[in-house]
Amino acid sequence: MKKISQKEIHKYLRHDKKFPHVWCPGCSNGIVLGSTIRAIAELGFKKDNVAMVSGIGCSSRMPVYADFNTLHSLHGRAIAYATGIKMYKPDMEVVVITGDGDGTAIGGNHFIHAARRNIDLTVILINNYIYGMTGGQYSPTTPHGDKSTTTQYGNIDPTFDICKLAIGAGATFVARTSAYHAAESQSFIMQAFKHKGFSLVEIISACPVIYGKLNKKGDAPAMMKLMKENIIPVKQYEKLSQEDRIDKQTRGILFHDTEKMEYTDAYQELIDSINKPEEGSNE
Amino acid sequence: MSSTKTKRKTVLMQGNEAIARGALAAGLDFFAGYPITPSTEIAEICSVELPKNNGKFIQMEDEIASISAIIGASLAGAKTMTATSGPGYSLMTEGIGFAKMTETPCVVVNVMRGGPSTGLPTKPSQSDIMQSKWGNHGDAPAIVLYPNSVSESYELSIRAMNLAEKYRTCVVLLSDEVLGHMREPIELPDLSQVRIVKRIKPTKPPEWYQHYPDNPKYPMPKASFGEGYRFHVTGLVHDSKGFPTNRADETAILMERLRNKIIHHMNDIVQLESFQMEDAKVTIFAAGITSRAAKEAVIMARKKGVKVGLLRPLTIWPFPDAAIRKLLGGQETIIVPELNEGQLSREIKRVMGCCWNDNVKTCKHIVQLNKTDGQLITPIEIFNLIKEVI
Repeated sequence: MKKISQKEIHKYLRHDKKFPHVWCPGCSNGIVLGSTIRAIAELGFKKDNVAMVSGIGCSSRMPVYADFNTLHSLHGRAIAYATGIKMYKPDMEVVVITGDGDGTAIGGNHFIHAARRNIDLTVILINNYIYGMTGGQYSPTTPHGDKSTTTQYGNIDPTFDICKLAIGAGATFVARTSAYHAAESQSFIMQAFKHKGFSLVEIISACPVIYGKLNKKGDAPAMMKLMKENIIPVKQYEKLSQEDRIDKQTRGILFHDTEKMEYTDAYQELIDSINKPEEGSNE
Repeated sequence: MSSTKTKRKTVLMQGNEAIARGALAAGLDFFAGYPITPSTEIAEICSVELPKNNGKFIQMEDEIASISAIIGASLAGAKTMTATSGPGYSLMTEGIGFAKMTETPCVVVNVMRGGPSTGLPTKPSQSDIMQSKWGNHGDAPAIVLYPNSVSESYELSIRAMNLAEKYRTCVVLLSDEVLGHMREPIELPDLSQVRIVKRIKPTKPPEWYQHYPDNPKYPMPKASFGEGYRFHVTGLVHDSKGFPTNRADETAILMERLRNKIIHHMNDIVQLESFQMEDAKVTIFAAGITSRAAKEAVIMARKKGVKVGLLRPLTIWPFPDAAIRKLLGGQETIIVPELNEGQLSREIKRVMGCCWNDNVKTCKHIVQLNKTDGQLITPIEIFNLIKEVI
């Protein structure tokens, strides 16, 4: 993996009146933006050819800072907007920035159907276990028993395993890591871009100001440490007893299928097949 | 088809098919939709025709995804449309607001059926007249067209695509179950003679490009994704470059622009048709499928020597207040037949300066004829009402 300098990163940021950003101190979103830009820089994509699409939420504020073709769409709908862009311009690199609420609650339907189609989108889902923008309500990934402003007696909801959901729905590249593992994030995002098909990179992130505070997880460095300790490689996880697996999540490339037909390719094949000249035609 | 065949051709066509073919003639090259009665033929025809010319069709997982996908494709440079009916239209309204806010051209067809809720899927209705203007939250002016024949469905479909492109907004094309499913002969235009509004590419260097210029002229140059301009699009209030702002002055500029681009171009957007209005004492104001029964009733009444006329809006929104006030000013009675509980009549009462409440004395001369049982209003029903009011 190539080391991308700060100077290089700045080439991919917008500098006209966009900073300071909206994110709270200690938020992981900036780290993920850094990993995303490093991956794009390493791949050498032309900025003009990258579309960054998001929905609504903290993580979805990312596109405004990045110097690409950027679309801050509606809550939950980023993948559907991105599908339109990718279908119309299959040669563009389309990356979706979403969160746990945006991507798997209100946007769950689009998430599974884009995965089913295997359309070539790179979805970076930043999972902070909470709705941060609206002040800390519980999401489909808020751990069982945890506090949020709408689960003040503890969360009774079971959670989604977003990666399993994506695999089950038909995604062909699925990886998970955390914002602490920034180099690994960069590597996974890069591989996701390279993969032709629906790619999901779930990045567990720290929300110290809301989720951390409500659940006594400590400050930003303490939450970084937690991610370091709790988000562990699959092999390490498998060695643990059931009891030790509580609070732990796997990281790594969890699924990769290079065989399944990508959707815009399939559509192009359809176009080609109906437009090919009829055999025996005299014209 | 050989290039020497430029003669106009008459064919038998269904209303929904005419909408699809009109849009294709106007350059439609991306359609996303979700099946719903009574609009499905539009999606079916697009799924067959688009890939023949390198266009794209996709059936999305729901109507929310459909409106989202066409806005995304439009930002990437496509000419786009989706088609639905009441329940689907309800789901699309947030996206329609987004298209208006981000000034992204697209066309939404609503083939109206009986409502509310699942209602009467296979029966005609005109009950989405108000929703087509007020459906999305927030103040955003609407352009809504409503034809009354198969050939006009074709023409207004082209016009909807053109207006969307010219004014950079979501244009709604209304139809109804009967109009969508009936077949009539239509004379297809010579496509080389059809006026199409093309997307003008900017010539400014990217650093000077404003996706939302302060003093817009319509149509204006507009970049698409992937063309080197790298602009930002958001549903938040935004400045001339598309970046979020909550400054009062920048907010005011945006809201004014959205409003002015419609109200300053009323002459271009509004179409009204009058029939036998010259000496009329009684005028029927009717749109879409109901206007056909109204026209028949006018002919019947004229035969009996009754001076009746018909005024028909082809543009429902923006509502042509000034023109209607002028045309209907001297009328003794205005009859408003419609397949809803009084949506167009409410506008007529507003324009003619009286309250919507029937009991108010000044409204005596505006007579409603409403039907919401899934049946059409017949010429004889309107004729009988004419006899009653004269």
